[in-house]
Amino acid sequence: MKLKNIFLSLVFIATSLSLTAGDMINGAGATFPYPVYSAWAFNYYRATGVKLNYQSIGSGGGVRQIKNRTVDFGASDAPVKPADLKKMNLIQFPAIIGGVVPVVNIRGMKPGQLKLDGETLSKILLGEISKWNDPRIAVINKGVSLPDANITVVHRSDGSGTTAIFTSYLATVSKDWSEKVGKGKSVNWPVGIGGKGNEGVANYAKRVKNSIGYVEFAYAKQNKLTYVKLRNKNGYFVDPSFGAFKDAAAGAKWNPDKGYYLWLVDVPGDGSWPIAGASFILLGTEKLAANRKVVKFFDWSFNTGDATAKKLTYVPLPKSLKDSIRRYWKRNGIY
Amino acid sequence: MGIYFPPISLGFGKSNMANRNPIDYRDKIFKTMTFAAAMMVLVLIAGIFFSLVKQAVPAISKFGFFRFISTATWDPVHEVFGAAASLYGTIVTTVLAMSIAIPVSIGIAIFMTELCPNFLKSAMGTAIELLAAIPSIIYGMWGLFTLAPIMGDTVEPFLQQTIGRVPYLGSLFSGTPLGIDILTASTILSIMIIPFMASIARDTFNLTPQVLRESAYGIGATRWEVIRNVVIPYSRKGVLGGIVIAMGRALGETMAVAFVLGNKHEIAHSLLDASATITVTLANEFTEADSDIYMASLFYLAVILFVMSFLTLAAAKFLLKEKIES
Repeated sequence: MKLKNIFLSLVFIATSLSLTAGDMINGAGATFPYPVYSAWAFNYYRATGVKLNYQSIGSGGGVRQIKNRTVDFGASDAPVKPADLKKMNLIQFPAIIGGVVPVVNIRGMKPGQLKLDGETLSKILLGEISKWNDPRIAVINKGVSLPDANITVVHRSDGSGTTAIFTSYLATVSKDWSEKVGKGKSVNWPVGIGGKGNEGVANYAKRVKNSIGYVEFAYAKQNKLTYVKLRNKNGYFVDPSFGAFKDAAAGAKWNPDKGYYLWLVDVPGDGSWPIAGASFILLGTEKLAANRKVVKFFDWSFNTGDATAKKLTYVPLPKSLKDSIRRYWKRNGIY
Repeated sequence: MGIYFPPISLGFGKSNMANRNPIDYRDKIFKTMTFAAAMMVLVLIAGIFFSLVKQAVPAISKFGFFRFISTATWDPVHEVFGAAASLYGTIVTTVLAMSIAIPVSIGIAIFMTELCPNFLKSAMGTAIELLAAIPSIIYGMWGLFTLAPIMGDTVEPFLQQTIGRVPYLGSLFSGTPLGIDILTASTILSIMIIPFMASIARDTFNLTPQVLRESAYGIGATRWEVIRNVVIPYSRKGVLGGIVIAMGRALGETMAVAFVLGNKHEIAHSLLDASATITVTLANEFTEADSDIYMASLFYLAVILFVMSFLTLAAAKFLLKEKIES
């Protein structure tokens, strides 16, 4: 069975490399959803014989490519603004959800033991709170022993959707952050050192004592990093988990008329994790035939791909959102 | 200097067809082809330069030259870009790496040509060449996982305890030793460029005529005097050449530095601070640069690096020429 799988994936790779392939969907963009899109593509190929070729060149590149119509769909971790969608003649919908998790390296601290709220977290990252035993941290962590040590902030050095989601959370919960730093795929960090990629941040955070960093949920889970409990909008401290992300996605006000433009941060809901984000798919409005093929793929994956996504630690879309997306496709005449 | 166009003639003219040796125009074809190959280098360089400048135009017109290179802020959100921090990081890491690598590689070369027992020579030569063959990403990973902990836990605290206590000089080693900083990056860079310098220096030392050496020994010179007064002066040109090549590599090195430099857009005052270099900034931020001015500023950085490398090499060539002529 295993051998067969390996053989099939080899066949898949070999055939997707050949340019003469008949039925083929081409996509490019965000690196974050690449593993789940390619897993879905593999299953879809086995079921239907249609190949999907996805190049993970980065969100910025994904938007540029679909703008120039060199691919059938683009993918971006940051939603494109409704005005820009109109300008570039694009339609947009979310396909998968991921989350961002703050992680710390403090001697003796267990995962989920340290609690933070948005205000405190943003003050740490602004450099205003520079020691772990600062009273502003201690007051929400009664009974937890906090060292008298300087905090080292670790952030991403490469432009990334993870940073966009994280800074958009900080900008939402802290006026100071929004004025001084703002949100984006790369920002001018007031303090700290930059690691390349999730693995860079995780490694720095592991190496540097008394540090705090942020990584994708999947990365924190697979590497069993010491994550932080966060206070959500409703005032509850929550752990990052599949359920907490799904609650966040279900609690958000998705609006198809705006191309689902939404940052999934600090959304209401008792159980929702405050720092999450959807990865989006972009289609050229006028390319009906190609879009139908793409939509068929995502429809199939929405129906059958949740388990695959979860196995790869991605959060599938909640049912209500999938239904809304299907109506959105229908309205655009591609479903 | 005028550009020389070779006469392109395939020999179809009837005037001298009869008395022409067939080898003659094969020569000409060959000459034309080699000329074209050589010209291609110039065309490529000019083409790359102009396309970089063209892409950088929005940033050049927005920030100007002096403002761009004197601003240390790099803020993609508010679209304020300046090259000072990465320029500073590039220069400091390169200079520091060179100052570690030059004495070490000349030492290696002297040992291998003058002092090394024969059975060790080829093994050591191969080892040095192998160092040069390691891809830079491997150096980066090794740096992050192995060297950075050693630097952060042992070497840097030790430096702080010793040199760090000296007034003025000590401020170079202030701050928390994390192992992810200018000092670690420069150390890695120096390891990466040592093989180039050492093997070129060794080869040029070997070129010193045996007669010169023997006669120096013959008039009673010590080994040190022979190395100092015969071998090194004789091979100065080659050694300088090796240094220039190594410097070119240090200026442009990306992956290894990206792992251990900490990627911070700030002018660091301590060697234990994180910093950023031009190439690292480019590698980190190109894929996700979304606004036009952001992209243009990255291209502007690339233009500056291009010009800087060109000027360094040109200056080195110029110095070299003077040295040889004098």
